[in-house]
Amino acid sequence: MQIDWMNFTPWSAALGGVAIGLAAGLMILLLGRIAGVSGIVAGLLPPAKGDVSWRVAFILGLVVSVALWRLAGAARAPVFDIGYGATILAGLLVGFGARLGGGCTSGHGVCGLSRLSPRSLAATLAFMTSGVLTVFALRHILG
Amino acid sequence: MKSTIAAFAIGLLFGLGLCVSGMILPSKVKGFLDIAGNWDPSLAFVMGGAIGVGLIAFRFARAGSRALLGADMRLPTNDRIDAPLLIGSSIFGIGWGLAGVCPGPAIVDLGFLDPQIVVFILAMLAGMALEKPARGLFGAR
Repeated sequence: MQIDWMNFTPWSAALGGVAIGLAAGLMILLLGRIAGVSGIVAGLLPPAKGDVSWRVAFILGLVVSVALWRLAGAARAPVFDIGYGATILAGLLVGFGARLGGGCTSGHGVCGLSRLSPRSLAATLAFMTSGVLTVFALRHILG
Repeated sequence: MKSTIAAFAIGLLFGLGLCVSGMILPSKVKGFLDIAGNWDPSLAFVMGGAIGVGLIAFRFARAGSRALLGADMRLPTNDRIDAPLLIGSSIFGIGWGLAGVCPGPAIVDLGFLDPQIVVFILAMLAGMALEKPARGLFGAR
């Protein structure tokens, strides 16, 4: 293992993390809900009466945030290093797996670990492990 | 109405956190997962910052109480570590490692109007819809 010092950004990473933690904290204390993105999205499939507007508003906030970030002038656009077929497969796996596992990086990784939930710790270890193995296979076996 | 505005503001803050931290970039996420190569530990610092604040916030969250805007506080009640949890999370991790985005950053990335991210989101929604009929196969409720 070697550290990628060129791309390692501890300060902005921690600062962004604090904003994410604040958002998750405000979500539970103001609205009483877990800020798990996959769960919030899946709760609209199909929409349930009286449980729609906060979900849509949160999702809109996520999308609009990038406009503010671009206004700040710092925005680097995301670049995929996979083709469309792999993108579709990845999306299917992310959506399916997040629902079956009851959460994703935000729900289990941020909120669950903040609640000191052993279930979320198990989930986080599972997806970190399979994520590491996937990138290892892509870059060091297939690549 | 208050809750809707609050949810929007929370989404903005959450999204800006993902932008500032660099987690909206697939290269940054993959750089973290690539522990055998040129490793970028940034994602661990994102988690550290988020959980540091989250630990404090969730200490004030009590199941059965009311949230500040009046709704019931809903905390997860399922604490089982079972096959659906581990299989689902592992499947999720494969997709995450393949693309370098998870649901939060993917939705934020929609703001860049990149057709590939739209395709990812549509596939993710399809995956979520497919899980419902298939979950029984994995022993889920």
